[in-house]
Amino acid sequence: MVDVLVIGGGNAALCAALMAREAGASVLLLESAPREWRGGNSQHTRNLRCMHDGPQDVLVDAYPEEEYWQDLLKVTGGITNEHLARLTIRASSTCRPWMRKHGVRFQPPLSGALHVARTNAFFMGGGKALVNAYYRSAEALGVRILYETPVDAIELEGGRFVAARSGSRRFEAHACVLAAGGFESNREWLREAWGQNERGEWPADNFLIRGTRFNNGNLLKFMIDAGADRIGDPTQAHMVAIDARAPLYDGGICTRIDCVSLGVVVNRDAQRFYDEGEDFWPKRYAIWGRLVAQQPGQIAYSIIDAKAVGRFMPPVFPGEKADSLPELARKLGLPEAGFVDTITAYNAACSTGTFDHTTLDDCHTAHLAPPKTHWARPIDTAPFYGYALRPGVTFTYLGLKVNDKAQVHFDGRPSDNLFVAGEMMAGNVLGKGYTAGVGMSIGTAFGRIAGTQAAQAARATSRQSGVQYAEA
Amino acid sequence: MQKLEALVREAHEDAALLPTTSGRARVIPIARMTDNETEVARQMQICNACRYCEGFCAVFPAMTRRLEFGKADVHYLANLCHNCGACYHSCQYAPPHEFAVNVPKAMAKVRLDTYSTYAWPAPAGALYKRNGLTVALALAASLALFLMLSVMVNGGLVAAPSGGNFYAVFPHNQLAAMFGAVFGFAVLALGIGVTRFWRDVDAGTATAPAVAEATRNVLTLTYLDGGHGDGCNESDDGFTLARRRFHHATFYGFMLCFAATSVATLYHYVLGLEAPYPFFSVPVLLGTAGGIGLLIGPAGLLWLNLRRNPSHGDTAQRPMDRGFIVLLLLISITGLALLAWRDTASMALLLSLHLGVVMALFATLPYGKFAHGVYRSASLLKAAIEKRHMKGPNLGAD
Repeated sequence: MVDVLVIGGGNAALCAALMAREAGASVLLLESAPREWRGGNSQHTRNLRCMHDGPQDVLVDAYPEEEYWQDLLKVTGGITNEHLARLTIRASSTCRPWMRKHGVRFQPPLSGALHVARTNAFFMGGGKALVNAYYRSAEALGVRILYETPVDAIELEGGRFVAARSGSRRFEAHACVLAAGGFESNREWLREAWGQNERGEWPADNFLIRGTRFNNGNLLKFMIDAGADRIGDPTQAHMVAIDARAPLYDGGICTRIDCVSLGVVVNRDAQRFYDEGEDFWPKRYAIWGRLVAQQPGQIAYSIIDAKAVGRFMPPVFPGEKADSLPELARKLGLPEAGFVDTITAYNAACSTGTFDHTTLDDCHTAHLAPPKTHWARPIDTAPFYGYALRPGVTFTYLGLKVNDKAQVHFDGRPSDNLFVAGEMMAGNVLGKGYTAGVGMSIGTAFGRIAGTQAAQAARATSRQSGVQYAEA
Repeated sequence: MQKLEALVREAHEDAALLPTTSGRARVIPIARMTDNETEVARQMQICNACRYCEGFCAVFPAMTRRLEFGKADVHYLANLCHNCGACYHSCQYAPPHEFAVNVPKAMAKVRLDTYSTYAWPAPAGALYKRNGLTVALALAASLALFLMLSVMVNGGLVAAPSGGNFYAVFPHNQLAAMFGAVFGFAVLALGIGVTRFWRDVDAGTATAPAVAEATRNVLTLTYLDGGHGDGCNESDDGFTLARRRFHHATFYGFMLCFAATSVATLYHYVLGLEAPYPFFSVPVLLGTAGGIGLLIGPAGLLWLNLRRNPSHGDTAQRPMDRGFIVLLLLISITGLALLAWRDTASMALLLSLHLGVVMALFATLPYGKFAHGVYRSASLLKAAIEKRHMKGPNLGAD
């Protein structure tokens, strides 16, 4: 029997496996995906939000605990747990030397991402490079890894972990860490969670999954059904407006459409529905998935003119292009007259200001509902471009309730030897909203805690069973 | 994916009509892109929307300075690529993902097209396509030539020791003329090719700092360090500095051998000192050190090449890579053997073998793996130039 069983194969699982192994435990890691798809959503990540009190290698200036906490408080609208959030924040300031030891390399922010030079440390090569480094380190340290081993059931005994089952295979361990991700790729579950709207639509049927195709939430569902305490709203998720032509799964970063704040966004009826210039795009991109999800048909269209070209990250697919607004409406399948009216009204409402995309400038609309409060310039210069947008789910926030030892709880009582990390518990800190890099901060902090705790629990358990053996 | 390809094609047709990012109108005629070129452009469109690999090498920063990828851009980026493999192993869009991104492979295929497209004279470009055969034939012909010459001049391959006097076997002026002509042709052919390449990629004017930076990047193989100093990938996703070190041994070994020949030429014509030179003379010491480098370097590169991950680069080019490596290895083996046994009866035979291999290398220089050094150096210089004056798209605070 191994000391610690880790279920999952992404960042949190690997952090747990490495910490448990370093603490002297024997470790077996079960990844549901085949090797080439290993790493869950971590393969799509690119940075870690880090607290720091002064410049630190790739990080400039300072990002103190209080500012980080305030940012988190703001994006979650208070749906967070201050104790666990602060623990995550503090852990983010000390974990990088350990990450480096296991082969993770950091780099200055990527072009087009300078706004997070102060707050986020970028992984050289992105999340898949990080995942590769952790797997190499884990193998070198003697962690056993099994791919294509999805766990479908856990044997519990009064809140204690006994064994995990994958089909006919059974894996016993002294302690276990659950880090198998959310349920974002389970489209049935998403459909059920989002339900039917007032228009009679099932909104989730029109969602695309930016993240891994392997997070079907089976283990999460099993644990909730088995009586583990849950946390979070199943409709809350990291949701971005992405290109409607993106693949159904694993679209990742490149399907993002970053020109929203440079133009206007209309729905299927050619109506605007939200202030496109509310704040800098990096602070707003994560709300647009939900905004689009609330529109009829769960689709929207980002419209720009020639002035915006070259001012945003190039999208992976070229947009629809037209020399006139009516032509663009026809190409996008929007009602022509309504579309022209919307743009005309918007253009007329744009005040003359000094356009500056690097500041919250004074280009805004007057007497327009909804307003566009910054970067509002008339859409009047051909060619015009349009990009169809769909909600893209990266990961869901419904999870298992934990304490600061990452313990799974049953009826408010923490389990002695069952721990949870990563997306399966991110909802404790992140009730809603998102800020770049915080998912990896949570996964790293709680993965490491869970691994350490599991190794300790395994030691205690084997000591106990050793005593029992001696007495018998 | 068909849709994506269609969109990319359309984007290129549009791009040809749009001003380039540097602000000047694009006057390059709309040459039809080949399948290999279209594939690089398609992948670059995906990479430019992701950019996770920006820290690894010069390719991705150069990519971010562009919004569209035309024929010239594709050839420039392909030759900037060192085929280190880092971006492939880090890629969330690598196969089996439907985007099927494998930048090192796509770039390698275009590089071969660059070499053959710019080859001079043009028909010789075809020699790249079956390069293993090209090298083998060149080697066989050169060996036959020198063995025959030796027999003709000396009446046999095993002659009495002549005190290591090579010129008793082949007269100095004859050797100088033969090798001078073949080497001169190689320089001319590669020079014409890279000049045309330089014109097509619209490289701009080199300033002293740009030249200094490019020279440093060439001589230290900056982009085989992975951006983090851990090195590049070989058989798997782990990093190693082995390729960089073996390449250094090969390159500097080659340069030392070249220096040995140059010093010997000066001795001969300027100082009037004729070979054979004693072991502790400058030419022989340089040649011996270079020979050892050329023994260790190519042996290491061959070993790495044989266990290289098949997803890296274009496996169809491995005969070209290996042909070149084997020639270099044969040069050092025959050269060191000649040094060891130059005072024995085998000298004439060893000398003929050595000269035959060197001749084969010189003859295939413009039509084989050696071309990578020339086109990559040119691309690194262009990267150093454009980095200084070409601003990328203004992405604002985003």
